[in-house]
Amino acid sequence: MNKVFNRIESITGNVITVKAQNVQYKELAQINTRFGKSLAQVNKIDGDVVSLQVFAGGQGISTGDEVRFLGREMRVSFSEDLLGRIFNGSGEPRDKGPALTENMKPVGGPSVNPTKRILANRMMRTNIPMIDMFNTLVVSQKLPIFSISGEPYNQLLARIAMQAEADVIVLGGMGLKYDDFLYFKDELSQGGALSKTVMFIHTASDPTVECMMIPDMVLAVAEQFALQDKDVLVLLTDMTNFADAMKEIAITQEQVPSNRGYPGDLYSQLAARYEKAVDFANSGSVTVLAVTTMPGDDVTHPVPDNTGYITEGQYYLKGGRIEPFGSLSRLKQNVNGKTRKDHRALMDGMIRLYSSYKETLEKKNMGFSMNKWDEKLLKYGNLFENKMMDLSINLSLEKSLDLGWEILADCFQKDETGIKSDLTDEFWPK
Amino acid sequence: MTENTGKVVSINGNLVSVEFQGNVSMNEICFVKVGDTTLKSEVIRIRGNVAQIQVYEMTDGIQCGDEVEFTGDMLSAELGPGLLGQVYDGLQNPLPVLAEQAGWFLERGIYADGLDSEKKWEFTPVAKVGDTLRAGEYIGTVPEGPFTHKIFVPFYLLGKYTLKSIAEKGEYTVKETIAVLTDERGREVSVSMSFKWPVKRAVKCYSERLAPVETMETKVRLIDSFFPVAKGGTYCTPGPFGAGKTVLQHTTSKYADVDIVIIAACGERAGEVVETLTEFPELTDPKTGRSLMERTIIICNTSSMPVASREASVYTSVTLAEYYRQMGLNVLLLADSTSRWAQALREMSGRLEEIPGEEAFPAYLESYIAAFYERAGYVRLPDGSTGSVTIGGTVSPAGGNFEEPVTQATLKVVGAFHGLSRERSDARKYPAIDPLISWSKYKSVIDSKKSEYCKKILHHGNEIGSMMKVVGEEGTSISDYIIYLKAEMLDAVYLQQNSFDLVDANCGTMRQRYVTDKLIYVLGSEYEIDNKDDARSFLNRMRQKFIDWNYTEFESDAFNKVENEIDALYNEKNGELGFEAEHLLKDGE
Repeated sequence: MNKVFNRIESITGNVITVKAQNVQYKELAQINTRFGKSLAQVNKIDGDVVSLQVFAGGQGISTGDEVRFLGREMRVSFSEDLLGRIFNGSGEPRDKGPALTENMKPVGGPSVNPTKRILANRMMRTNIPMIDMFNTLVVSQKLPIFSISGEPYNQLLARIAMQAEADVIVLGGMGLKYDDFLYFKDELSQGGALSKTVMFIHTASDPTVECMMIPDMVLAVAEQFALQDKDVLVLLTDMTNFADAMKEIAITQEQVPSNRGYPGDLYSQLAARYEKAVDFANSGSVTVLAVTTMPGDDVTHPVPDNTGYITEGQYYLKGGRIEPFGSLSRLKQNVNGKTRKDHRALMDGMIRLYSSYKETLEKKNMGFSMNKWDEKLLKYGNLFENKMMDLSINLSLEKSLDLGWEILADCFQKDETGIKSDLTDEFWPK
Repeated sequence: MTENTGKVVSINGNLVSVEFQGNVSMNEICFVKVGDTTLKSEVIRIRGNVAQIQVYEMTDGIQCGDEVEFTGDMLSAELGPGLLGQVYDGLQNPLPVLAEQAGWFLERGIYADGLDSEKKWEFTPVAKVGDTLRAGEYIGTVPEGPFTHKIFVPFYLLGKYTLKSIAEKGEYTVKETIAVLTDERGREVSVSMSFKWPVKRAVKCYSERLAPVETMETKVRLIDSFFPVAKGGTYCTPGPFGAGKTVLQHTTSKYADVDIVIIAACGERAGEVVETLTEFPELTDPKTGRSLMERTIIICNTSSMPVASREASVYTSVTLAEYYRQMGLNVLLLADSTSRWAQALREMSGRLEEIPGEEAFPAYLESYIAAFYERAGYVRLPDGSTGSVTIGGTVSPAGGNFEEPVTQATLKVVGAFHGLSRERSDARKYPAIDPLISWSKYKSVIDSKKSEYCKKILHHGNEIGSMMKVVGEEGTSISDYIIYLKAEMLDAVYLQQNSFDLVDANCGTMRQRYVTDKLIYVLGSEYEIDNKDDARSFLNRMRQKFIDWNYTEFESDAFNKVENEIDALYNEKNGELGFEAEHLLKDGE
């Protein structure tokens, strides 16, 4: 069944063509170059001309290299043995462990029947107050972390990986700096979360095609764990690199670009990945958090823009904090009514006061004199930013709520908070 | 049926080229055989003996030489009793049936009938043997939920037919023959309660198309009073992500004063469909007192489902809408979002290597959008009754910029434009329809002069507001400042609405008329106010009263009580009705 060809007709970027018959669309092939073996995947067939994208890239491929079709599609091994392991975009180990070849599952499978989904209604605790308290993450939610380059988004992801209340973490790195890869590895092993984590890592120096495979590998594994009744948290960083990899391949294959060079199916491609987030009735779930860096802090850039239409809100990371105004978890009202009765009121009240603080700060910067109320707001704003917004804070939701009341009591009288009096009476620190 | 086959010669994404013998027609359905499964596809271009087909499924595993079977039929919807309450994908496969067959996932190559062929329906004949009938006239009825479902002479039959025989009153399945017709040459045609109709062709079995004149109540004040939609009309709702397009459509689907609502979730989130599926069976339709689901059909082709069937889904939806219109019903089709449909066209166009237009959308984008919205309409049917299809489409412009091709092409053909703005949604104003840019060509539920008067206040207030940003509050005259506050109040108490409150979310026509009169009375009056603080505190109090008023049941005791409080507050500041408002209110009577 395995067919071998010794003549490559053309090599453009990472795409090669060979003349071959009886090749299936999306079939895998193996190419033996003088630098070693690489996988390649069929992405176009025109008569007997077959185009393949080479995972290891086109560099150094010779027209005389051997191409062997494997007669199967991209698959990933699935078992408990995955936990604690690190792989690359081709599914080969990046750590020193053995290659896994058992129980191979297809990658990029069909979408879930909408009638088999259930309404998202369980909170996923992360012990980060800006998430749990103000924009609660819900099991099966898909949320991007919009960020500009240089923000500590990988630190945030690592914290979430360590603190989140999930059975399994699947981390996908795309175009990751090598230091960041080491950082994740160290943090997770020190934090003791490595044993429930699977990593698929593509670093910036790895070939582009492998970058495109990462989300599919990650989500295929996550889906399998979810079908085994596990609550899986998928962390992806960074989806803009994924989109750029798609752009690169599309342009190489002379596809007509639509917006800023991105292919016309950018929305569908992103949606196909994000929609893997699911809560299976009577089984596990997949929750997706994905970093999307915004070139030039521009939310109308095609990648964040299309992402925003797909996801259920966004976390907006700015100045090292999760910005309370730009961030939104659309599903939070599904869960924050049944946590603790002061949750919603305190959340609204504190944000309202924080927005007044921002206005006061502006006035202060313009040189206006501060009255007593302004002074109170300034004190409140500082406390809020230092005690609540700092990313290194690790507090359960209940403790965060208590802390919220303490901060309020530190700065204001009960009736200045705008919170219903039966709640202030009950929760105001004595 | 033609026995026609071909062989795959090239594959590029979901575009496959097939070499064929014999004849193949444009938009014909064919099946690609891959291993044990067959994948449904549609012919979209023919060149010589090569047909290019779009496959409605993932194309992984197809190879050159795979067999393709042409069916001779175009993509069709199955029409008959049993459509209401269903959840279909874009190709009219009932999703719950697929779930029974395939489990969690939408495995490819599994198809199911749009209508349950086992279920029996109580048929009552209406036409008599010997009657002369044409396509679109009905021969009998069956009860379907709260409606009388008419059984038609199939729409595809051309010319005059004579009824030769008809089944007696009794229970039949949709596939059983219930009547035999003879055409003018004496050939016989058997008819059952269901038939197929190609979704890309508009149903035109009506006597004439009328101008849409009657307003369709949505119970959203901002829409009904200021930017109304007519039964049989079209409107679009563009807006950036997070501006509340889907929430607005969701509310409309619950409260709109129509008989049937068809929700086309086209390329959007699956979670939103799940929300509708969970919520609707629990809610009652105020018109019939039965479950809301019984008047609803959901066509759901969410963003991760194959893109070619996303393109088909809007046509399937509008075909079902036209079918129910033929029964003399008012149907509302909500398409969320037409941009995803346009993107599906773009993806295909790119694979076909057509010369791209603006932002790589195909050159025929505008005519396709126009043709889709033109399938709406208010029509007189052969039996003299009327029915309507109203189409409301959301648009998701890239970057929230309305200058992009899909928004612009849509604005050319719709009768009302509800533009959502990021500023309004960020300020948590619901609905986030921007009154300064939206428009409508239809008749408002309130007097049009009153509606214009209110809009004038909004525009004037906005101008003063922008001035104030430059010159500050100090530099604004007190009379201008009051107009600004009045505009703010109008926005807060009338344009904004709480969709979570049962009373406020469901604001009927009579109430809208009553409240606008009161508002014009209050806003069109001059008051004894000396300074800006006084003005702000007075109008804030007035605003609070009106907001409280919104939450009271219309014409209830509480309602009257708050109204009295408004009057008392008005008298406290010795309000005096201005000339323009006085004229307006008198005219209205």
